[in-house]
Amino acid sequence: MSVIIDILGEQDHGMASEERSSWVMVVVATTAYVIYLSLVLSESATLPLAPSVYGWPLLGTILGAIVVAVLAEIGLAIVDGLRGRKTGRRDERDRRIDQLGEYTGQAFVVVGALAAMILAILEVDSFWIANAVYLAFVLSAVLGSITKIALYRGGLPTW
Amino acid sequence: MVKPTRVTNSIRTLRFHANEMTQVELAEKVGVTRQTIIAIEQGKYSPSLEVAFQIAAALGVRLDEAFTHPTIGESA
Repeated sequence: MSVIIDILGEQDHGMASEERSSWVMVVVATTAYVIYLSLVLSESATLPLAPSVYGWPLLGTILGAIVVAVLAEIGLAIVDGLRGRKTGRRDERDRRIDQLGEYTGQAFVVVGALAAMILAILEVDSFWIANAVYLAFVLSAVLGSITKIALYRGGLPTW
Repeated sequence: MVKPTRVTNSIRTLRFHANEMTQVELAEKVGVTRQTIIAIEQGKYSPSLEVAFQIAAALGVRLDEAFTHPTIGESA
């Protein structure tokens, strides 16, 4: 509950705007994927599904997630402006956390690409290839953002 | 193995002695966010050398008065 209050800026417990963006990404990416799964699994036909059946839900949820994320950022920025809260500035800590988070997320994109490659070589139905790539995108977004949140909350490591 | 920073600081105390400078004021002088100042004071973030020097300068102290490390003072 305190996280939601921090995101809305009700109490300034020190949540950076970048951390807040990561929370938005986790929620939006997860929700979009759950919606997609529910649309696909609600189909009475057995898997794999034809492209005409899963294609639009897949692309639609991706596009919808992007639109919702952008609108959420705009909305939160407006709320910040109304409260006189200064946000949007990125300093060295934000850049380092972003870098580490992106490294984590990119690993899953690579895994997804490799999985898609292997599935294509095995001549598996395109349904599974498309879903492997989509899952990789979702994991990349979610786990990359979780990494950033953990670093904001727990601190940056030193080696 | 990931380990937390061993650099400690007296920024909170030094801010108080510097005309009760707020975290926002220190952040604006140094060019970082207030959240970064909070993280530094809580020991969750070890700033770059440049930012550390800027913090010390903003507080009107030497670098080793603002920050310290367990190895400082150990004989070589």
